[in-house]
Amino acid sequence: MPRGRILRWLIVLGGLHLLVACAGFLAPYDPIQQDREHPYLAPTRVHLVDAQGQLHLRPFFYGPRLKDGSFDQFEEDTSKPIPTHFFASGARYKLLGFLPCKVHLFGTAGTRLYLMGSDGLGRDQFSRILYGGQISLLSGLLGAVFTLLMGALIGTLAGFFGGWRDSLLMRLAELFLALPWLYLLFALRAFLPLTVSPLKAFLLVIVGLATVGWARPARLVRGVVLSAKERDFVRAARGFGAGNGYLLRHHIVPETSSVLLTQAAILVPQFVLAEMTLSFLGLGIPEPAPSWGNLLASLQQFSVLVSYWWMYLPAVAIVPFVVGYQGLANALHLDEAAEKIEVQRGGDPS
Amino acid sequence: MRYLLHRLVQGVLLLFGVSILTFLFSTLAPGNYLDEMRLNPQISSATLDALRSEYQLDRPLPMRYARWMNSIAHGELGYSFAYNTPVAPLLWVRARNTLLLTVTATLLAWALALPLGVWSAERRGRWPERALSWFTATLLVVPDLVLALGLLILTVRSGWFPTGGIASVGFENLSPAGKAQDLAMHMALPVAALVLSALPILVRHIRAAVAEVLDAPFLRAAAAHGIPRRKLLFSYALRAAANPLIALFGFSVGTLLSGSLLVEIVMSWPGLGPLLLEAILARDLYVVIGGVLFSTVFLVAGNFLADLLLYWADPRIRIVAGAR
Repeated sequence: MPRGRILRWLIVLGGLHLLVACAGFLAPYDPIQQDREHPYLAPTRVHLVDAQGQLHLRPFFYGPRLKDGSFDQFEEDTSKPIPTHFFASGARYKLLGFLPCKVHLFGTAGTRLYLMGSDGLGRDQFSRILYGGQISLLSGLLGAVFTLLMGALIGTLAGFFGGWRDSLLMRLAELFLALPWLYLLFALRAFLPLTVSPLKAFLLVIVGLATVGWARPARLVRGVVLSAKERDFVRAARGFGAGNGYLLRHHIVPETSSVLLTQAAILVPQFVLAEMTLSFLGLGIPEPAPSWGNLLASLQQFSVLVSYWWMYLPAVAIVPFVVGYQGLANALHLDEAAEKIEVQRGGDPS
Repeated sequence: MRYLLHRLVQGVLLLFGVSILTFLFSTLAPGNYLDEMRLNPQISSATLDALRSEYQLDRPLPMRYARWMNSIAHGELGYSFAYNTPVAPLLWVRARNTLLLTVTATLLAWALALPLGVWSAERRGRWPERALSWFTATLLVVPDLVLALGLLILTVRSGWFPTGGIASVGFENLSPAGKAQDLAMHMALPVAALVLSALPILVRHIRAAVAEVLDAPFLRAAAAHGIPRRKLLFSYALRAAANPLIALFGFSVGTLLSGSLLVEIVMSWPGLGPLLLEAILARDLYVVIGGVLFSTVFLVAGNFLADLLLYWADPRIRIVAGAR
């Protein structure tokens, strides 16, 4: 039964990630293109029926116009409906990071359509959320991969070779587990240069996450390796003259896969949130590159916090991902438990 | 007793480890406070060199560590470049506020989670329990940052609670009762954010732990003897389920400390969080190390408290430790 659940959650997550991966296609505009005439523009309404009560088949919207006697309040300019076009060509981008492309799901000629409003510099919030998701999710995913590699390596070393290596590494792991993780992440960030390019900052965030997070997977892997080492078939293989390398590759490391998968499902959302926290505080990905964290950073200003509700939308974007990963982690957990029961019954786990 | 002593020594060793670790990290890092000064054309290189030798930044690492240890022994925790004072008094004021926040939040979270968890373990499958588990599941997927910002917006819009800071203007002139009320009003928002973020995990673990013992034969026997349901749940079942929960308590202290760091910054509570953030942005090394060390002290204290509780709650530990 759990296998079906795992598959279901994987499909959900795959769909969500595909949306973000195709940000260039779904987003109508370049995320860093500014429109200084229209700062903090509320989300534009898309209409089908115009002011005269006439039905249009093509969705359209009204451009913004300054209210009479105001310099920052906009209203709809109902005199001129602006049509939207599907599969319109617009700003150049690279689909999935390598395919050069300029077709967007929808686009407009001239006046820009702000589906989720604009930020202080008139950048399209919708495009920024999609592109920001790429950076946030990628840092979470890469951070998790890095962490798990480190954890698996250290855990296997400690569990398989035992002795002083084991005690040394596990004491170190306890040290890292003992620290409140956010303090540790802060401290790490404090000791690294503050003003760096977005790419470097991205790498720093990933390395920081791995440094903070490796201890828990390492301990779990060590436990699995310790028990796998004593299994009969492993002893038999050793009796037949198998070397350490062979044993590790064929018998020990494959055993750790289910633990690592579960840990991955737990770590990815945690790390995405950690990246958000760092960027929110100005310690992570710097402007102008968007990430869910630094998109929220403007909420630190009181005026933005109380006046422009759409600046809050990046925070909502993360929620479906957290739901998906939690569902996947629970399903994997059940699967692990079921596997254990089968092993105890003497069945073959594969 | 020996068990407790053992744990205490472990805690102190841990602190040592953390101090060495953070110190190491700090020297591996490129750049220091003076690098920012170097960009200022009004500061001559001679002044920089003088400052460097004054702060002892030109000495080798072990020497600096020894000096720092010495300053800890004098209760100073090193010297802040930006504030130009010893670190300890600077941190102490902030740490008191952080402690106020986390202790209140921890107590409140547990006071809420225990009855909720036990109650929902007893009523598995009924609709109030299902509503509660939906509620905790919802809270679980809302990130801390989002929760804190959401609460902030809510209070700013509604004006129910003061936002930001720890005291109103004119706090000194209030009566003691007025002071307490003012403090409580200011604490309400950050404490609520912390409690709400900690609650779902606590409730889930408590429910699972209690549900596991509820089917035990001794509880059925006790129920058959006519012991009232409430007494059965809260003194018999909870006691039997206590061990993993006490371990969870130690863990929850760490989570709440990390959570409070963020909540303090978002809600501008004058705790360790904002100080640490400023220190990072100013590259004020010893303040950062001091902050991390303070948080570890809290954590070790929390874990020691958990050990004390375990010692008190589980006779097996007392006997094993006594026999040793």
